[in-house]
Amino acid sequence: MTRWAMVADLRRCVGCQTCTAACKQANGTPPGVQWRRVLDLEVGEYPAVKRAFVPVGCMHCDDPPCMHVCPSTATRKRSDGIVTIDPELCIGCAYCAVACPYEARYKVNGIATKCTFCVERIDAGTAKGLKPGVDPEATPACVNSCIANALHFGDAEDPASNVSQLLAQNQHFRMSEALGTGPGFYYLWDKAP
Amino acid sequence: MNRPQRHWDARAALNFMCGGSGAGLMAAGAFFDPPSPWPLACALALIAVGLTAVWLEIGKKTRALHVLFNPYTSWMARESLAAALLFPLALGSILTLRLTPAAALAALVFLWCQARILRAARGIPAWRVPQVVPLVMSTGLAEGAGLALCFSQTPLLLAVFALALAARAWAWLRYNAATKSAALAPAGTSLLAIGTAGALACGVFAIDSIPFAWIAAAAATGTGWWLKFALVTRAGSFQGFSLPHLPVRGAR
Repeated sequence: MTRWAMVADLRRCVGCQTCTAACKQANGTPPGVQWRRVLDLEVGEYPAVKRAFVPVGCMHCDDPPCMHVCPSTATRKRSDGIVTIDPELCIGCAYCAVACPYEARYKVNGIATKCTFCVERIDAGTAKGLKPGVDPEATPACVNSCIANALHFGDAEDPASNVSQLLAQNQHFRMSEALGTGPGFYYLWDKAP
Repeated sequence: MNRPQRHWDARAALNFMCGGSGAGLMAAGAFFDPPSPWPLACALALIAVGLTAVWLEIGKKTRALHVLFNPYTSWMARESLAAALLFPLALGSILTLRLTPAAALAALVFLWCQARILRAARGIPAWRVPQVVPLVMSTGLAEGAGLALCFSQTPLLLAVFALALAARAWAWLRYNAATKSAALAPAGTSLLAIGTAGALACGVFAIDSIPFAWIAAAAATGTGWWLKFALVTRAGSFQGFSLPHLPVRGAR
């Protein structure tokens, strides 16, 4: 079974926003809509200040709150873990937008939109026998564009995949895990002990 | 292109305000002796106004019936189904005055679904707490019981009104203890002072004086609406992001 997941190495991200720009270019999102954002967080007080750049977006959760609340069944989860929106079914009630703890959804032109993990590229690439996360043609645009090699994509169920290796070699967390959503987006913050 | 929408606004709040009051009034309709069609008609009109307001909020209005597609997990779909059940029962009750208990039960189901809509929104800390369910339920019932006093001032209705106000005050105190939402503090204070103490004081005199009944109804309903408007709009903010660990860079 495949479970597509994304990994962001917080030690490597420099906050250049190239992923944001690449996402906007690849998906044609309108002004004010950023499916892939990079937060710039400062923690502490001078001189003990730390700074982190945190890529965020749809976490393609195992148990997506957006899918459960959607009254029209427009939001669905594929067997490979990708959460999708059917634009022909969506009524634009924005219930999914307020249910998502990751602020990943935008109602634009009457319907909900969000990061798709560039699902068309993944599907087209795998149909050609390419490997998402390894072959750029089958990999999400934000991952391809990352100048610092901070973003990675791959099959979290495959122990030999790039993301599984990274998760095994590093300490990691997922955003707001206490909510029980099971995000498919991991953050690396240190080497494994 | 419209500005991207990420929150619910006054149109969604109106559904909780009018729909809640209407459902509460429909439930209070079961306590009218003799039964009267007017409070039921007023309740149905309020619910219709609320649903129309939320219809105005959706992006694709011609697809409104898609809202019924997912009753398996979505409380919004369940609310719509409850409304679809409530309307014929209420109309039948208005016409025959025989289906009032069934309509009251359907109104309670509708109100329950409304409360669960907020509870299911895991992105909003002020909504996802379990205490929001009794709060939304009790505000609807208190507002409905208050509006019922405008039609009849029997001792039974006054007792229902007092009970509903007490339940709402208790629900608010429990909710506020759990969330401590600053955005709701002014509305909560007025709910206790004007909407509970003031409304109860006016309710005592309502049996002999219709103007007091109207004032009690206005106090109970107005403060309840203010609280729900603030709950859906001002308190409807996301939890934000927090990092359990900061990146460890360089040599250790």
